[in-house]
Amino acid sequence: MLFTPTLPPVTRRGVLVGGLTLGLALALGGRRVRAAAPAGGLDAPAAPNAFVTIAPDDTVTVVVKHLDMGQGVSTGLPTIVAEELDADWAQMRFAFAPADARLYANLAWGPVQGTGGSSATANSWMQLRKAGAAMRAMLVSAAAAEWGVPESEITVARGRIRHAASGREAGFGVFAAAAAALPVPAEPRLKRPDEWTLIGREDLPRLDGAAKTDGTAIYSLDVRVPGMLTAVVAHPPRFGARVAGFDDAAARAVPGVVDVVEIPTGVAVVARDTWSALRGRDALEVTWDDTRAETRSTEALVADARAVLDRPGIRAAGEGDAAGALAKAATVIEAEHVFPYLAHAAMEPMNGTIARREDGSYEAWGGFQIQTIDQASIAAILGVTPDRVRLNTLFAGGSFGRRAVPGADWVSEAAHVLKATGARAPIHLVWTREDDMGAGHYRPLVVHRLRAGLDADGRIVGWEHRIAGKSILKGTPFEALIVADGVDATSVEGARALPYAVGAHRLTVHETRELVPVLWWRAVGHTHTAHAIETMIDELAHAAGRNPVDYRLSLLEEGSREAAVLRRAAEAAGWAGPAGGDGRGRGVSVHTSFGTAVAMVADVSISGTEIRVARVVAAVDCGVPVNPDVIRAQIEGAVGFALASVLRERVTLADGVVQETNFDAYRPTRFSEMPRVEVHILPSENPPSGIGEPGVPTLAPAIANAVFAATGRRLRSLPLDLSGEGA
Amino acid sequence: MIRLMLNGRETALDVDPDMPLLWALRDHAGLTGTKYGCGIAQCGACTVHLDGQPIRACVTPVAAVEGAAVTTIEGIEGPVAEAVRGAWRDLDVVQCGYCQSGQIMAAVGLLAQTPSPTEDDVVAAMDGNLCRCGTYQRIRAAIADAAARLG
Repeated sequence: MLFTPTLPPVTRRGVLVGGLTLGLALALGGRRVRAAAPAGGLDAPAAPNAFVTIAPDDTVTVVVKHLDMGQGVSTGLPTIVAEELDADWAQMRFAFAPADARLYANLAWGPVQGTGGSSATANSWMQLRKAGAAMRAMLVSAAAAEWGVPESEITVARGRIRHAASGREAGFGVFAAAAAALPVPAEPRLKRPDEWTLIGREDLPRLDGAAKTDGTAIYSLDVRVPGMLTAVVAHPPRFGARVAGFDDAAARAVPGVVDVVEIPTGVAVVARDTWSALRGRDALEVTWDDTRAETRSTEALVADARAVLDRPGIRAAGEGDAAGALAKAATVIEAEHVFPYLAHAAMEPMNGTIARREDGSYEAWGGFQIQTIDQASIAAILGVTPDRVRLNTLFAGGSFGRRAVPGADWVSEAAHVLKATGARAPIHLVWTREDDMGAGHYRPLVVHRLRAGLDADGRIVGWEHRIAGKSILKGTPFEALIVADGVDATSVEGARALPYAVGAHRLTVHETRELVPVLWWRAVGHTHTAHAIETMIDELAHAAGRNPVDYRLSLLEEGSREAAVLRRAAEAAGWAGPAGGDGRGRGVSVHTSFGTAVAMVADVSISGTEIRVARVVAAVDCGVPVNPDVIRAQIEGAVGFALASVLRERVTLADGVVQETNFDAYRPTRFSEMPRVEVHILPSENPPSGIGEPGVPTLAPAIANAVFAATGRRLRSLPLDLSGEGA
Repeated sequence: MIRLMLNGRETALDVDPDMPLLWALRDHAGLTGTKYGCGIAQCGACTVHLDGQPIRACVTPVAAVEGAAVTTIEGIEGPVAEAVRGAWRDLDVVQCGYCQSGQIMAAVGLLAQTPSPTEDDVVAAMDGNLCRCGTYQRIRAAIADAAARLG
């Protein structure tokens, strides 16, 4: 790999912004190009022409620099532009941006174009307000010049430009060309919140709703390039294994199979259509070299993580003498939690299409989530500079983090097949569900140990937290980005700065060594830290004989956002306590991730060993709610997504081989299991923060705490299993 | 050569008779609205109508639809389809949208047979269609909305 990234961490409001952060230097072709981080952090100069194009028919197209994987950026980002432009929602369109980090970098990360860490709205907020406002000012200037009237007498509303005194009126289209050629105002006036007519509106339909309900939306698996061949790859059954040899005679005899080639990740069968490629792969005989492969089973990996926890770790946070405080505590509660590998299992498996163009440059189509990395990876494999690789970012059929890969695994595989076949024909790389599930890049397998102590009055006096797992970022091009003092921030996020008064505090991280590739999975470290913390707080409340909501409020800073969302959720749910008995129970949790505070109250019922979640009431503070309905959809969806990970999802290994490779064994939430979800959005004038991920972390602890209320059993590990011995 | 009535038009597909209908539609009929999700009839993303009944195209050999009428998301029309699509759009059901062709085909199949479905009817019709984005709450509401429109 030719990347040499140097990425110091960036902080926003004192909180690390999710996954990725700052500053990428690319060394390509031996020439080191270092891009500077944009000045001003989440602010940037007005660039209306990079983000807004207006057609003669008055349609306004917003260039969306982020991947839309369902989170709704293709609606949310145009809303911000339309607001400042004073456009009518009906005239708004969107187009996905090309790969160009100079224009389309994620301002929360530095000079890297990409989507993740729930940062799309947050980093685009000022940039798109300015773009819309500048374009509006330019349209007004163009109209004033054409009509020979003062700019100050022109008004704009709902897509119409008017001069009342002369009765003149026009749409945007007639002035678009003249406006685009005008100088860009450096600091266009931005609307005050009380002037907003679109931001915060409940009734703006999604801009992708029509195409996604009539079959016309094009996902990357739908790309059809003339002359393209379809490739499927025989991948090794164990991580780290390599091809020892293969016999392709039978595969080549399958009608439609055109070629069989070895690539670094396996053996690719290239055929005229998907079915022929799959049949060819079935007929292929590959022997694998497991010499350097991961051969452990899940039980051994968990045992090894526990052993690592017994040894000293790296200090990730701390204040005071936690061990001493615990030694003197009146009551000490200890908990161990095991969190399994989890697969993203996006409905559209990873895939991509790549072609060589006549001029020797390349063009690729895919659900690209870190365009800068994907483009550079393709370029490096094919021996060209990144500017010779054109990316077409398409709708992604889900991602949950999976398409944002520092090692660009699926993107690189498509480029390798193209290279190995001499780029004679465009290559459409297809991963089956089994390929997708077996390719690793899971939420890491993590083991936590937490000890917390109370004094005689039920106050927390000491908190000692140990986390063992594989670092997501060490050994990747993003290592320097977010690993500081040996601590991968994604391993401990959510556990470093607690919102509660816990007395003396010590957090250590204990790294495991394994060959299973791991990756961020919707909400990343918060998926396990929030569970460990919020179930412990519940145990402490119980030990102190306190109502879990009142207890939390007594430990939270008065006036904090956590306290506000907790109060709102409790009130909306009609919280009167854990309400146990009769096989039913109620649990609560609160957690801040990606700048957004979420509280949840979950109602469960238990039947035998089966846990059903009837209702989830959520309260959310994500700053200015740009599209309230999209925010609600993300919280509802986060509950639907995460529920199965609370109840049953896990990827396990037997002698290194993944056991759950399709939806018969790895079973996402189904329709009949979906709880009723109510979402309450707190009003705010703070800049928008994340919403794609923050609905995930609070679900598991709210359910686990409800299960305790119903059964008296503390199921600390995930998924929750009432059939086992438990704690 | 496999002959069928595809979205109301007589169509001949020159493919291996064992090829799943899903791949015949996507790779040979130019109809990519029907999605691949699992290949083993566990997710419903490939749901199409065979003579009006929802089926999983990923496990249906194309030979099995010889002479039959197959309708995909691109070809579905009529009052039920309009009601379902309208409800899906008005309630902003979609997120990533990848599973929604299959969800809509399942919902249209349900309401065409059972205009006023009970909760059990809805679960029976929809429980085989996975949505990883978790849009189920809105799917449920959209089906109720579409049923009301048709009522």
